[in-house]
Order: sequence, then structure tokens, then C-alpha cells
Amino acid sequence: MHRAEKIWIGFGIGMLIVFLIIIGAAAVSENMIPPSHVQTIDPTKVAQTPPFDHPGLRQVGPKTYEAYIIAHIFAFDPPSITVPAGSRVTFYTTSPDVVHGFFIANTAVNMMVVPGWVSSATHVFRTPGSYLLLCNEYCGTGHHYMYGSVEVK
Amino acid sequence: MLAVQVKRENVLVLAHLYFSTVALMIGAVFGFLQALSRAHWASAPVWFDYYRMLTAHGVLMAIVFTTFFICGLATLLTYRAIPRERALGLGWAAWWLMVLGTVAAAYTILNGNATVLYTFYAPLKAHPAFYIGTTALVIGTWLVALDIALNAAWFWRTHRGERLPLVVHGSLCTFVMWFIATIGVAIEMLFFLIPWSLGWTPTINVMMTRMLFWYFGHPLVYFWIMGAYLIWYNIVPLHYGGKVFSDSLTRLAFLLLLILSTPVGIHHEFLEPGIAAGWKWLHTMNTYGVVVPSIMTAFVIFASFEVSAQARGIKGFWSTIRSLPWSNPAFSGPALGMILFIFGGFGGIVNASYSMDAIVHNTMWIVGHFHITVGGPVALTFVGTAYWLIPRLTGRRLWAPKLALAQTYSWFVGMAIMSTAMHWAGILGSPRRTDDVTYVGTAAANAWMGEMHWAAIGGGILFLSIIMFALVAFGTLFTERDESQAIVFAAVDEHAAQTPAFMDRIGSWGLAAIVLALLAYAGPIHDLLSMHTFGAPGMRTW
Repeated sequence: MHRAEKIWIGFGIGMLIVFLIIIGAAAVSENMIPPSHVQTIDPTKVAQTPPFDHPGLRQVGPKTYEAYIIAHIFAFDPPSITVPAGSRVTFYTTSPDVVHGFFIANTAVNMMVVPGWVSSATHVFRTPGSYLLLCNEYCGTGHHYMYGSVEVK
Repeated sequence: MLAVQVKRENVLVLAHLYFSTVALMIGAVFGFLQALSRAHWASAPVWFDYYRMLTAHGVLMAIVFTTFFICGLATLLTYRAIPRERALGLGWAAWWLMVLGTVAAAYTILNGNATVLYTFYAPLKAHPAFYIGTTALVIGTWLVALDIALNAAWFWRTHRGERLPLVVHGSLCTFVMWFIATIGVAIEMLFFLIPWSLGWTPTINVMMTRMLFWYFGHPLVYFWIMGAYLIWYNIVPLHYGGKVFSDSLTRLAFLLLLILSTPVGIHHEFLEPGIAAGWKWLHTMNTYGVVVPSIMTAFVIFASFEVSAQARGIKGFWSTIRSLPWSNPAFSGPALGMILFIFGGFGGIVNASYSMDAIVHNTMWIVGHFHITVGGPVALTFVGTAYWLIPRLTGRRLWAPKLALAQTYSWFVGMAIMSTAMHWAGILGSPRRTDDVTYVGTAAANAWMGEMHWAAIGGGILFLSIIMFALVAFGTLFTERDESQAIVFAAVDEHAAQTPAFMDRIGSWGLAAIVLALLAYAGPIHDLLSMHTFGAPGMRTW
């Protein structure tokens, strides 16, 4: 091969190695791994399955909450929760019908909600305000009416 | 005798190119209406809803336009590089199957019975004709793959010790990759969606269908890119009197894309339940592998520019860039596309990084990303090259070359505006695939509505640009005859080094691609099968 070709391929492979080392090191040392939650649920019996039979917010510690929210066509149940500023909220969500999205604008809470599965994400709400919760996966005719809020006081 | 043969072959290639053009034109109308509707400039006609238009736009642009163009292109490259008497039965059978499948799926969509978007996520349940039609389209492309493979096999049999022509090597790699990737969607269709939509199975394993879809969904984008690369490597140099800088790098780039395209699909599923973090992480690492063929391609293209300029005594970066034929639409299309691709690459690295993906996933950022990739470099390369191909295939002069030139630049401007606005709206949180994004005037929504206006302006420019393309494409059918324009492919630079023999063994590389795909998917699929999962019944929510 041409000398320039060898240098350039070396550069490409070198760049790849740098990327992989950064991602690998971040995964091992900072525990920066992809989000994942593996838990199944019968999608035809969501309303009867605890804890989704009583969806809503539970306080589990000082400024620590768990929010169980059902995403169904075309609303969130409950549509709105209220927490004090500085709260750490772990969201659990599932769908009794089709695939939905669970996204809180201006945060990294962004989940696919898949019938048959429970999705989960955690966020600390530091700044008070009204956060828009919306469905960001097409779910049917009323998809754009599917939204709610997280009120941080 | 061979001249008659070439004419018959040209008709088949033209059939692919014009079907592709019609898909592009119809898709463009829907795209334009969506942009207007999102910006609240005009609402869609009452008899037609946003999500139905969106499904049609996605299927026609991302699947039909691209696939027909690439099938026509690869068929042409293979036939011309291996001239011989051949029957065209297989080629035409492929085309007809693809057309019938497309018509069945498109009719079902426009009828309102398949408003499931082009990702057709279960348990949204479309009419069976939609699934059967798209499956027929895919099986049609397998016949194209078979046709290319049979011609390559004939070449190997009759030209012992000779190297497969460069364009056939690229076409074959593209279609071997495509075959391996489409097996995923074929299994999804044949074993899950079709029996379920016909009512033979009551429920569906949703996560399995999603994994099979994305097994295919990401290599799909490399299929588009390989189609564009075939042109960048082998046709674009002709326009500035250049050559293929390196035979070996070109072959290696296609081989790397063949093996690296498939074991990466789970990076589309970072935010989904049911897949262990380790598998998502493995696919992230694999995703970055594609850095290597991308960097190589950038190098070979610029090296070819430079070598060609130096041969004419031109030195320096800007002089080299200025010396290129910017007033030839067949060059300006692909070249402007390459500029857009730089930004597409940057965005792709963001999407592949799972922590950043959590901020942009399913927002308008993603829509901006695929418009500046498949709608930018890929589409611009294809329409630009159509200005070179159609006159040569029809034996007629290009109609209104200035209009063609303006088309490529207006597309570039329109796409740059629209895509930038979409990226920015996405960072602000605006969701994709959503009819009305005002959310009763909440502050977050007010912040991104301004971007929707810019997206509509860009979309309007793109719509005009596609009208210009259609005028030139169809106008060229009626211009005076000019049979003197030949179809040749760029020659390899005489200083290029010898290509090692291991690059000729496409079969072994294909096997390696299958092994890598199995290694990447065996774990997550085994997990899904061994867990106690619940099926979901189908639903029609539109």
C-alpha cells in the first residue's frame, strides 16, 4: 500500500482505539453504562398488577421518591406529579396498549415504554419549575395530546 | 449484437430510476405538507391525516426511493463492467416483485389501513397487505442480489485469475451486506407480523420484533451509504478527469462496511427496557468500528481530488477545491452531499454515545440527523448522478442543465436550513413523529416553535428543488437524441499499489459478517427467549 494510505488507516484505527478506551474507562471507573431495566409485566393486566394498580408518587426517603406512571393511549396516569426542589425521583412506567415514549423536556429522562415491560429512569430535580412530560413515540391519532407535567416547587 | 443487449439492459435500469423518482416526488408532497402543518402555517386537508402522510413519506423516501435507485445503480454497474449476452428475466422479475410489493403497501397506507410509520412498531397492527407488500419489496431486492452474484460467479468462472471489476466488487459487497441485514426484517415479517396480522397468532413478542427490526434498521442506513460510496469512488472522479486513488482502499472500505454494518443495531434501543446494559454497551463499541471505513473514504476522495489537480499543475487546498467542476450538476450534487455528510457524521457520534443519546432520542434532533444523512449526501448523490445517468441510458441530451445545477444547490441550502432547525428543536426537547408540538403553549414548547418555522422554510425550498428535479428527469425523455455519451467508470490511478488477494474473497468476508452478527445478537435474543415474557395483543389506535 501507499505510505499515505498506511498513515491514514493508522490514524483511523488509532481514533477508534481512543474512542473505545474512553468509553471503556468511563464504563469501568465512572459506571457510565447504558441505561437498562429488565422487568416484565402482563400488559393485559396492568391495572390489576401492583404497584401499577395504584399509580402515583410514593416517598421512600428524605427527598427521595418513586413515581409509578402508566402510559396509555392517549394520556399519562397520573398526568402530573409534584415534588419539592432537590428531590431524587425514580420513575417506573409501563404500557397496557401500544409503545409509547416517556420524555421530560430539558432532562435526560427519556424512555421507550413497551407493553409487557417496565421501564425505569432516575432524575434529581434541582431547579423549581413546571417540566413538560410528553410521549415522544407515535402511538396513534391522539399521540400529540399525550402529555403531562412534573411540578417542582 | 452487444449494442442491442446494452439497450435492453438500459431499459431495466431506467425502470428502477424512474420508479425511484416517482416515489421521491410523492414523498416530497407529504414531507412539505408535514413541514407546513408542524409550523402551523397550514393544516393538512381534512380527508388526510398527519400520521398517514408521515407513514407514506417515510416509506416512500427512506425505503422505496433509496432501494430502487441502489438496485438500478448496482445492476447497471454489474452489467456494464461484465458485458456479455445475458437473459434479463431475473432482473425484470425482481423489478416487478418490488413494484407490486410497493404498490400494495402504498395503497394500504394511503387507504388509512397502515398508519404505523415506516418502523411499523408492534403492537400497532396494520392491514396484512402492508406487511406482505413490504416483504415482497425486500424479496425482490434479494433477486437483484442474486442477479449480481450470478454475474460475479460467471466472471470468476470465465476469467480465472482475474480480479473482479472494482464496481462489481462494491456492488456485490453492498448486496451481500443487504441480504444478511434483511434476513432480520424477513424473520420479523414472516414469523411474527404477518401471521399475527392475519389473526393466526393472538399476541406478539414486542421486544423481539423491535430487536429484529433494528437488526435490519441500522444496516439499512449503511446500504444507502454504500450506494452513495459506489458513486463517490467510481463515478464522481470522471467529472473532474480524475481517477480512483486506490484500488485496495476502495475494496477494503466496502469489505469493512460489509462486516461492520450489522452487529450494531441495539444502539437504536439504548432507552428500551428488556435489554441488559452489557449488550447495549457491546453494540456501542461495535458502532464505532465504522469510523475506519468512513475515514478511509474521506481520504480516498480528497486524495483523488488532489492527484487530479496536481496533474494539471494546480497546487494548494483552495486552488484544488476551486478547480473542481462546481457547475456540473453531476458533480455538485455528490460534492455538496459530501459537505453535509461531515455534519451527519458528527451527529452520528452523538447518537451512538448513550449518555448523550438520552437527551436527543426520539426528538427532532434524530429527524435532523437522518435528513442530513440519507436526505443529504445520499439523496443529493443520487439525484446528481441521475443527471449523468439518464441522458446516457436514454441516449438523449440532458434537458435544462442550468435548472439541474440550481436544483443541487437549492437542495443543499434547503437541507442545511431544515436540518439545522430540526437539530436545534431536538436539543430543546421537541418530539419527533408528532402532529402538533405546541402542548397548549407551555414554555418548553414555545421555545422550539421558532425552529419549526425555519424547518418549514427549508422544507419549502426542498419541495421546490424536488419539482425541479422531476422536471429535468422527465424533460430529458423528450430532448433530441445524442447517442455519443458513454457510460464508463473511473480508472484506477496507475501509481496505486497492488491489491492483496485476501480482498477478493468476498464469500469469506460475508461469512465473517454473519459470524459477527450472530455473536452480537445471540446473547440478547437468548435473553429474550429465556425470560418469562408476555405477548401483547394487536391494536389499531388510528
